[in-house]
Order: sequence, then structure tokens, then C-alpha cells
Amino acid sequence: MIFLTVGTQLPFDRFVEIIDSWAATNPNIEIFAQIGEGQYQPKHMQYCSFLDEAAYKQEFDKASLVLAHAAMGSIITSLIASKPVIVFPRIAALGEHRNEHQLATCRNFESLDGCYVTYDKSQLLSTLDDVTCLKGGSLGLYANPDLLNCIDNFISAAG
Amino acid sequence: MKKKKLLAVASQGGHLIQLLRLKPVFDRYQTSYVSNQYREGMGEDYSQVIDANGNEKLKLLILFAQMSWVMLTKRPDVVISSGAAPGFFAMMLGKMIGAKTIWIDSIANAEELSLSGKKAGAFADLWLTQWPNLVEPTGPQFSGRVL
Repeated sequence: MIFLTVGTQLPFDRFVEIIDSWAATNPNIEIFAQIGEGQYQPKHMQYCSFLDEAAYKQEFDKASLVLAHAAMGSIITSLIASKPVIVFPRIAALGEHRNEHQLATCRNFESLDGCYVTYDKSQLLSTLDDVTCLKGGSLGLYANPDLLNCIDNFISAAG
Repeated sequence: MKKKKLLAVASQGGHLIQLLRLKPVFDRYQTSYVSNQYREGMGEDYSQVIDANGNEKLKLLILFAQMSWVMLTKRPDVVISSGAAPGFFAMMLGKMIGAKTIWIDSIANAEELSLSGKKAGAFADLWLTQWPNLVEPTGPQFSGRVL
């Protein structure tokens, strides 16, 4: 199953529409989409606006592939679960976010194992067509020890 | 010795997911959590605040009042946040009650600090970015990433 998420803050119709049209030509692949308050209503996949934590986890756990806007939460969660994640950034110039930080995220995480960054429709579709070749990354549950030590030392010394 | 009191603050989603990656540290102290949506791992000492961003004046006012209440009742020794609006208020209010403050800017901000992160710098005793290219002598420091 493929799980698509656009997060809770803003709709992302352009992304949802591309995946819905791909779903039309791949009816044998099950897709569940969390689309926020978008205008576009998918016709070829199951969807909902929002999921609470438990429902999100349930759909996410079923997925063998995650499709996500370029949000760190979705990326980190996929990497921890060793699920490949195809990332498609919101573009502020198209009114999809307040600034272009999702493009910056993409540029900086292009080389991360398990994270497949796609910048436009054709790149997204060609990555989807190779869906069986995508591999999940690996990430532990916690931050890198240098950062943990730095913060712990600061707290120990505080006050 | 009594455990230090820590207040860990982040808005829901990516900010909170990043903050909770520091949980091994939080578990060594008496940690209270603040967010606008509960997430597994925060335990029982959790306070919920309203979801507000920079454009919503009234909601920001309510958030400020809620954070003030949390700060006065929890009286933390150290406040830590990864963003966004609740974290900024937490830094500011934390300083006012004499707590030490830690800001760790989101890893999503690779080319420029977040808006809340720039503002929070004025109130942060430890001001961190997750990108070495954003380190400045009078600005944020780099000490590793949440990844």
C-alpha cells in the first residue's frame, strides 16, 4: 500500500492530482491519501482530510512506500520505519507555502538513503514507475550523540 | 539532589518529532511537555496550547497567555524548544522567570534560520542551528543534528 500525506497545515492539490492520475493508470496498487483541506477531490484512491495520531499510525504502518510533501516530520518518520519516501516539495511561488524552505529541504536531503527527492511531475512519475526498486533508509529513534551530549551538558551546568 | 525541571516545547508535526529525538536527555530530568497535539513519548506531564502562527494576532495572544500560565505553574529551570510560535514565547517567558533557555532551530531551515528562530535568538542562552553554514560568531552555533 502507498500512503500519501500533505500534512495538516495547508492543502497541496497539485501533488494530490498527480498521484490521483497515476492511481488511475495503476488500479492494482492500493493508495491512501491524507489531503488536508484541498479543493481537488481524488477519484482513483481512498482519501481523507485529516487523521488523528492513531489513525495516521495505522495507515502509515500499512504502507510499503510513503509519498510526502517536503516536511521533516514525514521524512524522519519514514526513515525511522525504514520505508522509502518519495518527497515532492511545495513551491511558495505557486502559493503552496509561505516560503521556499521545502525546496531547501529537498536540495539538502537529496543524497539521504531512503529519501527520493522529486522536483516536478515528470520526475515524480518516473520515480513512481520504478516503485519496486525503491529502498527504505535507516535512522535510529534518537538524535546524534554529539547533540544529545551538548544539550545534556548545558542543562547540567544550568542554574 | 533534586532533579532539574525541564520544559520542552514544540508545535505539532516536524518540530515536535525533532524535539522528541532528544528524549534520552529529557528522561534524565523532570520534564514537562507543551505542544498543540499530544504525541506518544511525551508522558503524562503534558500541557496543550492553541495552534497559532505569525499571522493570527488573536490566537497568538491566547497562546501567549497559555504559555505564561504554563511557565508560572511549572517553574522550569531550563526551557528547550525547536519551534515555532509556542517555542518563541517559551524562550521569552522562560528568560523572564530566570530559566536557562535552549533553542534548536528546525533541520528544515538549511539555508536560513526560521523566522521564530531568528527572533528566539535574543532570548536563547544556547542557540543552535542544525546547519554548519548558518553558524555566526554572534548567532547560532552548531553541535550536531537530530538525525
